[in-house]
Amino acid sequence: MATDSTKLSMAQALNQALRDAMTEDETVYVFGEDVGPLGGVFRITDGLTAEFGEDRCFDTPLAESGIVGMAVGMAMNGMRPVVEMQFDAFAYPAFEQIASHVAKTRNRTRGRVALPMVIRVPYAGGIGGVEHHCDSSEAYYAHTPGLTVVTPSTPADAYFLLREAIRSDDPVVFMEPKKLYWGKDEVDTSAPEPPIGRAVVRRPGTDATLIAYGPSVSTALEAAEIAQQEGRSLQVVDVRSLVPFDDATVCEAVRSTGRAVVVAEASGYASVASEIVARVTERCFHSLAAPVRRVTGFDIPFPPPKLERFQLPSVDRILDAVDDLQWEDQ
Amino acid sequence: MADDRDLLPSEQPVQLLDETGSPVAGAALPFPDSERLLAAYTSLVIGRRVNDQASALVRQGRLAVYPSSHGQEACQTGAAMALAEGDWLFPTYRDTAAVVARGVDPVEVLTLLKGDWHAGYDPYAHRVAPQATPLATQLLHAVGVAHAARLRGEDTVVMALCGDGATSEGDFHEALNFAAVFKAPVVFFVQNNEYAISVPLARQTAAPSLAHKGVGYGMKGERVDGNDTPAVLAVLDRAMAAARAGEGPQLVEAHTYRMQPHTNADDASRYRSQEEVDPWEARDPLLRMETYLKRKRVLTKARIAQITEKAEAVAAAMREGIAKDTDPEPAELFAHVYSTPTPQLDEQAAFLADELSREGTN
Ligand SMILES: Cc1ncc(C[n+]2csc(CCOP(=O)(O)OP(=O)(O)O)c2C)c(N)n1
Ligand SMILES: [Mg+2]
Repeated sequence: MATDSTKLSMAQALNQALRDAMTEDETVYVFGEDVGPLGGVFRITDGLTAEFGEDRCFDTPLAESGIVGMAVGMAMNGMRPVVEMQFDAFAYPAFEQIASHVAKTRNRTRGRVALPMVIRVPYAGGIGGVEHHCDSSEAYYAHTPGLTVVTPSTPADAYFLLREAIRSDDPVVFMEPKKLYWGKDEVDTSAPEPPIGRAVVRRPGTDATLIAYGPSVSTALEAAEIAQQEGRSLQVVDVRSLVPFDDATVCEAVRSTGRAVVVAEASGYASVASEIVARVTERCFHSLAAPVRRVTGFDIPFPPPKLERFQLPSVDRILDAVDDLQWEDQ
Repeated sequence: MADDRDLLPSEQPVQLLDETGSPVAGAALPFPDSERLLAAYTSLVIGRRVNDQASALVRQGRLAVYPSSHGQEACQTGAAMALAEGDWLFPTYRDTAAVVARGVDPVEVLTLLKGDWHAGYDPYAHRVAPQATPLATQLLHAVGVAHAARLRGEDTVVMALCGDGATSEGDFHEALNFAAVFKAPVVFFVQNNEYAISVPLARQTAAPSLAHKGVGYGMKGERVDGNDTPAVLAVLDRAMAAARAGEGPQLVEAHTYRMQPHTNADDASRYRSQEEVDPWEARDPLLRMETYLKRKRVLTKARIAQITEKAEAVAAAMREGIAKDTDPEPAELFAHVYSTPTPQLDEQAAFLADELSREGTN
């Protein structure tokens, strides 16, 4: 990778991160379903088998629990596996391995056995996918102590989050918003800043704060742009690290505006969005001029493609939620 | 491609010593030498003592629960003795005696059941994974450890243990399939003790034997009389050697019997009769070995006394170690969740510390 800035899609940035990690550290192994010669159904592992050989990037039998369970063993034995779950809903067979072993092994062995491994999960909707291809499954992982859970919203964050995830001595669930795979942006791989555990303000603003992550960040930014034209200045915070959560940055942002809307695609009940509302309310109550609102998916199974748009947080719903933040009391 | 008949197990479980302790004529495998058998006998006696001592500690309220391998000690001993120093053992909750036979301090092993922490020993010290409770999940870890070793060109073999019930789990299938596809040097050793808590083997499978499952993965399956220590050793030695030689994973099923309830909390009379259990007393692995070794004059009265003394010393150390009040530190609850505690865990640790300090001043 050249050290200067290049325009890359998120898919290319992830591919570059894997390539750079594999070059730098020969204990990094990539495996999963169709990740070998095909390069993954989203091409995130494109060319890795050709460049690093069949030992370093390989296809496995079709079994997600097997993939994650084998990664646990390899991580126990000196390797840094990076495994791909083909789609969000197809990671569910691996959940027992993730919840009972990936998340708990360090703790149950009193820190003696670390599991430096990354589970990549393409997730969420917005691509017109049919059922089982669009789940927002982040809350299952975020609710499981012992897992680090991150999700990028830009190609640059995708690169740096994945590099840091692979370097981490803790297991990381790496949630990749599918709908953002192909959008291009500048990536300067020479200017690293460790992003795990740190939220980032994507857009400054003074009237209210939109808190979003992954696929919802771009929608929040769009809403902020339109609000600007309507005379309202919205700040946008990208959480990007769901666990550990950056209370400091998020709360500082909310305190600076006194109003907040949390935007997330997942169903709202018992969700990461709910957790963020609770945390912000507990910490910033006296700075708040209105209750924190949520714009989330309905509490329904992800809809079929023709009805998908009703489930996704839209610019209008975000702006309506902002309008509801009791401005009349100002 | 191996001839599929080569992958099938023998028609009857391999046996070297019959139930009366007499060598079987025309046995399929050579007898292990006397020195090895004497070491095995010592390990059987210690294993039995560890089992019975742990059960006693449960009755005294010192341990929460103990799943005993009483009656399965030949398998426990065989699993540990088949390993070279660089090999790995992946045990279950039932395999405490095997973990002890591998060299782990029984008091450390029992940390889980004492309630101090989840896994009490350092898995890297003896290359013994933490005892697994979620059935069959550990078999995949065994495959990963073996695959990593193979990628580095090491000649490590991994012994992965599970019970008959666990063979119905998806992870059992995935582990055998992955191991076979990647030619991972793993010996899957199934102790078929006829029961998964209350459910008999017939409800787990319609296969002719569990060892027959190997052929479906392109893996050699073998079955052995699990109460016949020389046979268990011989069959596991051969499986380990094959895995080490690059012939891929091996499946071994031992036919044995769970002599006691699933744990002390279980009531076996609800699902099996004493008439069913009784015949197994005569098939006891210790008895059989003792008869044989005495007849061969390898085992003398003096030797037996020595071994008994050794086993008693292990039991005494267990009693002493478990009796020690080791209050686990509440602060440790937050220490190992991540390599560095998150800010949220730091807050929660501070909360608990504060709560405790106020408790102290009340
Ligand atoms: C995934 C899972 N399901 C259920 C249990 C509860 N459970 C513990 S032991 C056991 C029976 C297992 O039988 P088997 O594999 O034959 O081993 P054994 O106890 O006879 O040694 C069950 C059902 C568990 N530990 N893990
Ligand atoms: Mg059983």
